Amino acid sequence: MKVPELLGRSDYALISELIPEGARVLDLGCGDGALLAWLKENKRVMARGVEIKRDLVQAAVARGVTVYQGDIEASLTDYPDGAFDFVILSQTLQETRRPQAVLERMLRVGRHAIVAFPNFGHWRVRLAHLTSGRAPRTPLFPYNWYESPNINFLTVMDFEEFLRNQSWQIERRMFLAGHRRIEWSPNLLCEIAVYLIRRGCKVCYSDN
Amino acid sequence: MISEVHYAQFASLALDCGDTLRDVTVAYESYGSLNRERTNAILILHAFTGDAHAAGIDPEGKPGWWANMIGPAKAFDTDRYFVLCSNILGGCRGTTGPSSINPETGKPYGLRFPVITVRDIVRLQKALVDHLGIPKLLAVAGGSMGGMQALEWVVSYPDMVEACLPIATTARHSAQQIAFNETGRQAIVADPDFNGGDYYDGPPPARGLAVARMVGHITYMSDESMREKFGRRLRNRESLSFGFDIDFEVESYLRYRGSQFVGRFDANSYLYITKAMDYFDLANGAPSLAAALEKVLSRFLVISFTSDWLYPSYQSLEIVNALRSRNHDVTYCELSSSYGHDAFLVDVGEQTGIVSGFLARVAKEAGVSEGKGARA
Repeated sequence: MKVPELLGRSDYALISELIPEGARVLDLGCGDGALLAWLKENKRVMARGVEIKRDLVQAAVARGVTVYQGDIEASLTDYPDGAFDFVILSQTLQETRRPQAVLERMLRVGRHAIVAFPNFGHWRVRLAHLTSGRAPRTPLFPYNWYESPNINFLTVMDFEEFLRNQSWQIERRMFLAGHRRIEWSPNLLCEIAVYLIRRGCKVCYSDN
Repeated sequence: MISEVHYAQFASLALDCGDTLRDVTVAYESYGSLNRERTNAILILHAFTGDAHAAGIDPEGKPGWWANMIGPAKAFDTDRYFVLCSNILGGCRGTTGPSSINPETGKPYGLRFPVITVRDIVRLQKALVDHLGIPKLLAVAGGSMGGMQALEWVVSYPDMVEACLPIATTARHSAQQIAFNETGRQAIVADPDFNGGDYYDGPPPARGLAVARMVGHITYMSDESMREKFGRRLRNRESLSFGFDIDFEVESYLRYRGSQFVGRFDANSYLYITKAMDYFDLANGAPSLAAALEKVLSRFLVISFTSDWLYPSYQSLEIVNALRSRNHDVTYCELSSSYGHDAFLVDVGEQTGIVSGFLARVAKEAGVSEGKGARA
């Protein structure tokens, strides 16, 4: 199944499908605010963004998005519990220093979390590693080891195991390879995984 | 754009200290046109030694103190918005202050002028806005002490402001900020010409006021901007004087700034306004800053500057985080500049982009039409 692009990105198209009209949305690592501006315009959401890079913050403010310039993890401590319906972390999880803390806080300030990340288990990554004997460089992970922003390398299987251990629920998951939806063997075939998750009933986490 | 000062008179103004001021005058300027619905007014709030002349060119050819930010196609676009700026209470540039005539004695108030607060200053601005028939402001905006007034506005009159832009400012004066102000005040009071504030018939406490201004100027710059601007360059000489004349460029600059200031500013106003700043604490009475901001209804754009050590970014973040903890609509940006606290006045390139983008959004959400109606 082919997925259309939204603002040049297929994962944005999937994310936007998950968000209903008028929702309260926080986008962590919102960049120049393109996704939030689109959601505001087309879904009339209450939009908030967090971004650390100064020039991107300015670009986002200039297009009328409410942005907080700062670190993602630190920013999450100030919002009240349940302040948002959806907290988005799009292709940034692999760059966060304490991903577990970030995800826990996302599910404190938001009822749902949307997490999109590049899948390190993709066959191309495995093949590159196996054949070259070096840190894999692929279209999805194009960086040299010494200049990569990525510090966590996780796969679809890793992430789902983590969610199970946390007793968090997967409400929806979608897998992308280029512009195509992947329905089977996602750990081997998908490039970008998109999850909609929420806290399980059993676990109660308080963020102090 | 030639600007013109207007005056509004008010019979009385109740003050936080319990006194009531009689016969209060406010000097103000305005730029652009108020739209028919009266929804496009932006109140600009000046910093400590500023005045009503924020934009355009006055009849003597002097540009406004924020002329780079206010005007056609500028950040505060006078083709779209009606921009208003008044001299603050306690000032000496047309609005009632300690150098004004006390109606009870027929002489200048001097130190008989009551001690005022930022809230008093804002109360008078509110009277002006009411007087001009503006039911709600699209925005209140200002840097430094102007930012304090902007914050006070949304706490005192939450339903009168769509958006608040506190720039390079704080929600409460810190010990360091009070300390610098007290140093300036003591320089004035120690001047032999001060005469308990009654110097209007003789020479003003010029030396003290100049020293106060010199200290102020140091705090407005940054280590980096002073190194760039002056370094250790000598002033009109090849070698050190081995005396206490001016050796260095920076000494010359500060002396010049100090003496120039004496000509345009009243020493008593210096005392009263710095005191108002030192008394400023937005949380005043509330259990926390966040609690004080609980009921505000405005959207916020908070801006700080990397090299501003007088109002450092952490103070802006206190405001921002308090607002976020109550889930208010707050945008925060720390702009990069080497100009120190002065950045909000002089380094306006990036500031222009974010202010105009923010205002455009607020105007759109508030359903504001273009400002082509009648003048206020």
